[in-house]
Formats: sequence, structure tokens, C-alpha cells
Amino acid sequence: MSKILFSLTLAATTFSAGLALAQAPDQADEIIRGRYQAILGDCAACHTAPGAKPLSGGLPLETPFGQIIPPNITPDKASGIGNWTEADFRSALKTGIGHDGKRLYPAMPYPAYTRMTDRDIGNLWSYLRTVDPVFNPVESNQLPFPFNIRLSMMGWNMLNFAPGEFRPDPSKSAEWNRGAYIVQGPGHCGTCHSPKTVLGADETSEALQGGSLQGWYAPNITGNSYIGIGSWSEDEIVQYLKTGTNGHTIASGPMAEAIQASTSLMADEDVKAIATYLKSTEGGPAQKPQPIPASDARMKVGAAIYHDTCSACHGGDGKGASQLFPALAGSSIVQQPSSETLTRLVLQGSQAVHTPQAKTTPSMPSLGWKLSDEQVAAVLTYVRNSWGNAAPSVGASDIGAQR
Amino acid sequence: MTTILPRKDVVIVGLGWTGAILAHELTEDGLDVVAIERGPWRDTATDFNIGYAQDELRYGIRRDLFLQPAVEAMTMRNNTSQTALPMRDYGSFLPGNGVGGAGVHWNGHTWRFWDSDFQIADHLRDRYGAARIQELQLQNWGVTGAEMEKSFDRFEYLAGISGKAGNINGQIQEGGNPFEDPRSRDYPLPPLQMTYAPTLFAEVTKSLNLHPFPTPAANLSKDYINPLGIAMGQCTMCGFCERFGCANYSKSSAQTTILPVLMKKKNFEVRTESEVLHVDLDVSKKHARGVTYVNTSGEEFFQPADMVLLCAYGLHNVRLMMLSGIGQIYDPNTGEGTVGRNYCYQTNAGAQVFFDDKNFNPFVAAGALGQTVDDFNGDAFDHGPLDFVGGAGINCIPSNGRPIQTRPTPPGTPRWGSDWKKATVKSYKSTLGFSSQGSSYPTRGNYLDLDPTYTDRFGRPLLRFTFDFPDNDIRMSNWVSDRMEDIAKAFGGRQYTNTRRKKGWDSVPYQSTHNTGGAIMGTDPKTSAVNKYLQSWDVANVFVIGASAFAHNAGKNPTGTVGALAFHAADAIRQQYLRNPGQPLVSA
Repeated sequence: MSKILFSLTLAATTFSAGLALAQAPDQADEIIRGRYQAILGDCAACHTAPGAKPLSGGLPLETPFGQIIPPNITPDKASGIGNWTEADFRSALKTGIGHDGKRLYPAMPYPAYTRMTDRDIGNLWSYLRTVDPVFNPVESNQLPFPFNIRLSMMGWNMLNFAPGEFRPDPSKSAEWNRGAYIVQGPGHCGTCHSPKTVLGADETSEALQGGSLQGWYAPNITGNSYIGIGSWSEDEIVQYLKTGTNGHTIASGPMAEAIQASTSLMADEDVKAIATYLKSTEGGPAQKPQPIPASDARMKVGAAIYHDTCSACHGGDGKGASQLFPALAGSSIVQQPSSETLTRLVLQGSQAVHTPQAKTTPSMPSLGWKLSDEQVAAVLTYVRNSWGNAAPSVGASDIGAQR
Repeated sequence: MTTILPRKDVVIVGLGWTGAILAHELTEDGLDVVAIERGPWRDTATDFNIGYAQDELRYGIRRDLFLQPAVEAMTMRNNTSQTALPMRDYGSFLPGNGVGGAGVHWNGHTWRFWDSDFQIADHLRDRYGAARIQELQLQNWGVTGAEMEKSFDRFEYLAGISGKAGNINGQIQEGGNPFEDPRSRDYPLPPLQMTYAPTLFAEVTKSLNLHPFPTPAANLSKDYINPLGIAMGQCTMCGFCERFGCANYSKSSAQTTILPVLMKKKNFEVRTESEVLHVDLDVSKKHARGVTYVNTSGEEFFQPADMVLLCAYGLHNVRLMMLSGIGQIYDPNTGEGTVGRNYCYQTNAGAQVFFDDKNFNPFVAAGALGQTVDDFNGDAFDHGPLDFVGGAGINCIPSNGRPIQTRPTPPGTPRWGSDWKKATVKSYKSTLGFSSQGSSYPTRGNYLDLDPTYTDRFGRPLLRFTFDFPDNDIRMSNWVSDRMEDIAKAFGGRQYTNTRRKKGWDSVPYQSTHNTGGAIMGTDPKTSAVNKYLQSWDVANVFVIGASAFAHNAGKNPTGTVGALAFHAADAIRQQYLRNPGQPLVSA
């Protein structure tokens, strides 16, 4: 009897294993493609805390309305999205309404993910089902009243949210459309790089023209040649997104993280498509203002500080050194309307991203302990208005606000 | 209560130059490596911050980056008739502390020892007869210059050395050092642009039919990307190298050439502020089980490992061997024992020329920016009619014009007060200095052992120096000082000084952090502590890597040879030892 049972079990096992094998290729493809969607969408940037298990919940996001903690999106039933259906997931990405009708806050960039194709979302779902489930309960909603009322997002969506899949522009090349799709959809570049309305929505009329978040200013990434990436060649944009550094600049802050976890891992043709699309976009002032003259008192103070403290690395001519010290002369980042990122770099310092092609991880040292608010303001005003650069002056009160 | 940790393939004691090289090489083979470092983590932007990296009071005078005697002191005496006393402060030499070790605060002179160094005993006996070297304990290292060439080359390309080859595959190169051994290719970077003092030195020495050449420098003449893909920047010639960390990624160190890659490896880990107390051996005393270390909270850990690499400063390597019972401690009375044998130093002297009409702008400087003459170094010249062996490089390397310590004054100037101030103002820009860096050859009576009286904070005996400059080396240095006097006169300045080396090593004034030997490499386990691959003769899974392996010291800075020995040992471990772990690579 036991022998018969054993043979039956064995037969059943063999049968089901055979079935799994027969299904495997398709499903494996889906999962692999879904994993790539997770790279394009940089899910880990928000949903994985440093040192934690993948996608088990992230570090708090500081928004102008309060704190939101990115939830656990592993398939754990108790604390993750193990009880969700694919329809729940699709709805969350397309409409901002998740499992049980719960409304998401747009810190989760569903206004961008709504542009994703059904197929890409389906693949992403397949991949997320394969991630190791982790028990880690996260209460995302840390917002103060009245923002903590999720229903309020109904009104927000009415005002600010235009659902709908990306529609290719038939007059443009396939490459351009692929780039536009990644930038507007899964890549959700505008979540950081577009300015926000008072309600915290992307200012769509000024898409990709620069935005302030988490103590950084995400610069203009349109094709504007003064403050955008217009002066970079497509190859230089590709190099930046793949390695974190090119002859013009070195990534730091949240972009360093995005490069490490997302763009450096993207397929070469996708990065090239992004470059093609970004180069074609427009936005921001096309003309440089008149630089503040070198004779200005702030410029004189700034020059002295620059030559004492900054020139050893960035050079007396502001040209820096490739792979180590970013050039300041001609840098669009230096000339952004907001000096928030520059102030942060001087006060706190920053370390470059590590990618397989750029391994050095050089650092900007913190100088906040040494320079007063007035001195930081003067040296930034100098850097923003020397060697052909031109940008508004920086005031001491701007620095003080960021200490 | 000792916490026993999970086993590792390799434990490395100390994360400086050699520890970082070995860690990188062995992790490339997939080994799981942990480095245990007594001092703190150090990183360019946070620890050598451009805003304070050049604080001479903090780093130059108070020696912030160095080992402090409260952590570990050493005792010294000149000979066995004296009682050794602890050095209350480090003075004559300054061991490093922390990640990067002494490689953080070196000047960057990067030399290759010659074949006539590696085979010194045979070479000198063949050329001058055995009687000439009788008073010395000179020994062959067990390797040849040709054998070491590729390891020197690897270190120089890792570190981005700026220099001019003097001999490529036997072809003498104009402008390089004609006395060097053949090298397979030129330095990775051209020489640094010369400042005025070394330019004048080159003119004057050439007029005396000598052969000046640019000192090989680990201060980078150009931007560079090393074979590991790590970028370094061109030196700004700020003149804050020795005693300082470089804020500009321009001086080669573990930080600027290896750590950015090493620290990202999943099979590497460093534990800082953790001091290794000893290597633990099994009952046979032939096999190491791992190391015991203590952290800053006083908690003790046992780290089991299949291999132990001692990569601390050479002196610490020697003491750790003694404290662990690896090999037998050297006894000068019987000549038996090997650990502590052939301790050597450096035999230096200096000259200054004072001018009225010259401006050298000494603040434009780099640690190794200068010119060297090797005509009187090693055995580059005939010692037949002379009464010594060895020699010295003559260097004009004005490494800095720092405001506190660089205050040249002519003889007769008061040590303080308004006349001193006037003299320093007058002499600061118009004085040229040059020096001889002389070989240090071993004698029976110069050695290291454990002090019988004094202990450290853990109750372990301190390391004891018994050292004085050997008579041979004093005769050598004096003869080279005569040559320096010729050079000083030829400069035609207002006046000059020529300070000669005298007997009686004094541990107080700074002289050189080139302490060598004590765990020397060689061909015979009776007279050397490690074999030609730096593997302990006594405990086969322990390698001891550093200047501790030098069988003598040449008239050159040791770091280039230390780096080459690290690659040499790494190759032996990767290509030979790992195929048959736990076995000696050379049969005794």
C-alpha cells in the first residue's frame, strides 16, 4: 500500500515539475522584464531603506505637507502587498487608488506611472511577486491633520491628476518616443525635476525645469543650453547617466542614488533614448542675464574665499579635473535659479556615486564649520558669476535657512 | 570573556599600504577577507578636509595622524650595557596610525632597491672580499632585482609615480638615474615640474660631473587613472605632504589608489579601532588559528582564520610575532633566533647654503619634488680604496616651506628673540638645503626584542630597541658628507653648513621613519624569520609583510620596495600557496 502511494506521489511530483518547466520560459521572461521595469522606475530608491531587505519599506520622505514613509511592497501578506491582486496593483499605478480603495499620496508618483503600458505594469507585478516577502509593518501616513485624511486626495486628483497611458507622437522617431515614455512614465524624472504647484503637483507647463525637494534643487534638465543640459552632447548625457560623471559634472545627492540604482543599470539604447528626448525639450530662460561684475564687493570677497578654499581642486579657472572635481565654469548646475544644491554642497559636502565605470567616489568636503553665512553667500555669488557664468546673487539669509 | 566570531579565509592585521594591496589581491580570488586596524577610519574629504588639512600645529607639531605613546610606547638604548628607557614621545621616527597607516602622511619618495641590495652579501664579498664586510651581518634577501621588477612596476603604476626612467631594458635613458637596475618601461607619469632649488642643484651637480635626475614621486605630475580605475588629481604643490593627509587626491596612499574599489567588495570588511593582541597558534605552534583583538570598549574577540597576514608597521609586525610566539626571539650573545634580527635605520646628514641674491619660494613644494644624485649610493661607486661599504643618495628635495618648522637660519643666529626673527625673514626664501640619505647595514648588536620591564596598557611588554649607528655607516656618511661639502662650495653662496652624522642615536629629534628589519626575509631559517615570499618559516599560514622583511636598509626611502614586496607576496599566495594551503613555499 505504502509503495503504491509512494509511486503515485512520485508521479504527481514529476507531472507538476514538468508543468512548471513547460511554463517557465514565458514566466521567466515576464519576471526578467518586470525586474527591468523596477530598475526603470527605481522602486528601490524609495521602498528600500539603506541596508534593509529589498523593497521592505524605505526611509521617511519629507514633503512640504509632512512626512510619508514608503511602504513595504514585498509579497508579505501581513505587512506587504501579499493580499493585493494584480488589478489592485494596476489601479494603484494607473489611478492612485490601491487595495481596498485606499487612496495613495502622490509622493508615490502615480501621476507618472499612469503613463506606463499595461504590459509593463503586468511585468512589474510578476516581478514583485518573486521578491522575498519581509515582515515589516510600515505606517506610511505620518501627515498632520488635515492632510492625513486620504479621502482629500480625491479632490487633489480632480484638480491635479490626468490619468492615461503615454501616447506616442507619430511625427517623432521611435527613439524619441521611447525616451519620452521613460522620462514621463516609469522613470518619473519630473517627480524631482519639475517645479511643484502650491498643492504639490508637477507644474506641467514647466516640466523638467527644476524643482526643490528634500533639501536639494533638482536642476533644469531640458534642452536649454544655459541652465539645462543643452550644452551637453547626447554622448555626454549617456555618460552621465551610466557612470555618474562626465566632463561637466559629477552626480551627488539623490541623483547619485538614482544613477547607482537605476540609470547606470538601464539598457544603453534606453539611456540614449532619454538623451535624445531630453535634448529636444525646451524650458527656462534662453538668454543669460548680465553677470554680476567682478568689481562688486560681494564678488571681491567671494574671489578671495574661492582662491583660498576652492581653487586647489576646482582650479583657478573653475575648470576642475575630469572624474575628480566638477567644473564650475559653464556648469548649468552652478547657474540654476535656486542655489539650494550649491549651498548644501558647501555646508555639508557630498560624495560622488560609485559605478563600475567611475569608481573613485571623490568627495566635496563640508565647509560649513569654516565659512560664515556671508562667506558662503559671497563665494557662491562669485562662482555663479565668473568664467562666463551668470546667475542671481546668493544672500546670507538663504544660507542661514539651510544650516 | 572572549567572543568567538565566524571564521574568515584571511585576517589582515593593519590596513595601510601592504594590508590594502594584499586585501585587494586576495579578494580578487574570491577569498573572504577581514582587516583589523588599531586606529580610526580615515577618508580624504572627512579627515583631510581641504579647510584644515594644512593645519601645521595640529598635524605637524601635535602629530594628529601618528601613533601616540599612550597607545603604544617603545623603549630604547644604544647598546646592551645600558638599560633601556621608554620614549616618552615619538621623535626620531613617527609610526602611523589608522587606515592608510604611514602611507597617509609620507612625502612620496618612491624608490626601487637594486639587485646589489637584494644580493648584497654575495655582491660585496665577490667584489671586495669577505674581510671587508666582517663587522657587518649582511645577508642576501633571497630574491633578485630581476625577480622583483614586475612587482616594482605594479606598485609604481598603482600609485601613479612621476619620474624619469634611467634604464629601460638595459638602455640608459638621458635624464634618468643611470645607476638604477633595468626596468621594463618608464614611470606612469612624467616628472614633476621642478622648482628653482632642485633646478639649481641639478646644474651645480652636473658641473661636478655627477648625474642628477628627478626624484621619483608619489605626488602626481598629472591627472591619472590607475589600473584599478581610480582617478587621482595633479599635485597643486601646496607643500603639505609629510605629516599630513592630502586633501587633493594627489598623493598616493591606500585611500587614493585602492580603498574606493576595495571597500565596495562584498568579500571584504575592515574593523577599525580594534587592536590585535596576538596571533593564536595551535598546540604544535606551527599553525595559526586566527587573532585575538580588543575594541575600544575593552571587549575581546577571537577571529578565526585560515591565514594571518601581519601588515602593520614593520616594528609592530616584529612585536606581534614576539608576543605570539612565532619564531624564536634573536639573542645577540649567541646569534641564535631570528625575530628582532638585523634591525636597521637610516644614516642621514644635511647641508644648507645661504644666499643673498636668490629667491627659492620654498612654499611652492611637494613631498618628493626634487632632484637626486645616486653617484655615491649603494655600490654605484668603487669602494676598493675606501674603508666602508654602502652609500647615500644625495637629495635636494625642498618638500615644504611651512611656517612653523621651516625656519632656516645661518650659524650664530640666536635661537629666539628679535635677531632670530630678522634672520628667519632674511633666510626663509634664500636658503637651499640638501641632504644625504645613507644606507644602514646590520650588525650583531643592533636588534629588537621585548623589554623586560615596561609594558603597555594591556600589560604586554613593550618593544625594545638596541641600536646605534655602526662604525661602518658613520665612515660612509662622513665620506659622503665630504662630497656634499664639494657640492655646497660649488653653489657659491654666502655661507654653508654641513652637519655630519655622529655616533650615539638619539630618539628625540626627528630623523627618519624608515625603521627596517626584525622579521627579515632570506634563504636560511637560522638567519631569517620569513622566506623569500615573506612566509614565516615557523608558522606556514602566517605571512609578515612590510619593511620588517628588509635584510638591511639601503640609502633610499623604503616604501617603493615595501609596495613591491606586498605584490611579490600576494602573487606567491595566489599562484602557489592557495593550491596547497598551510604548506611552506620554500622547504627549509
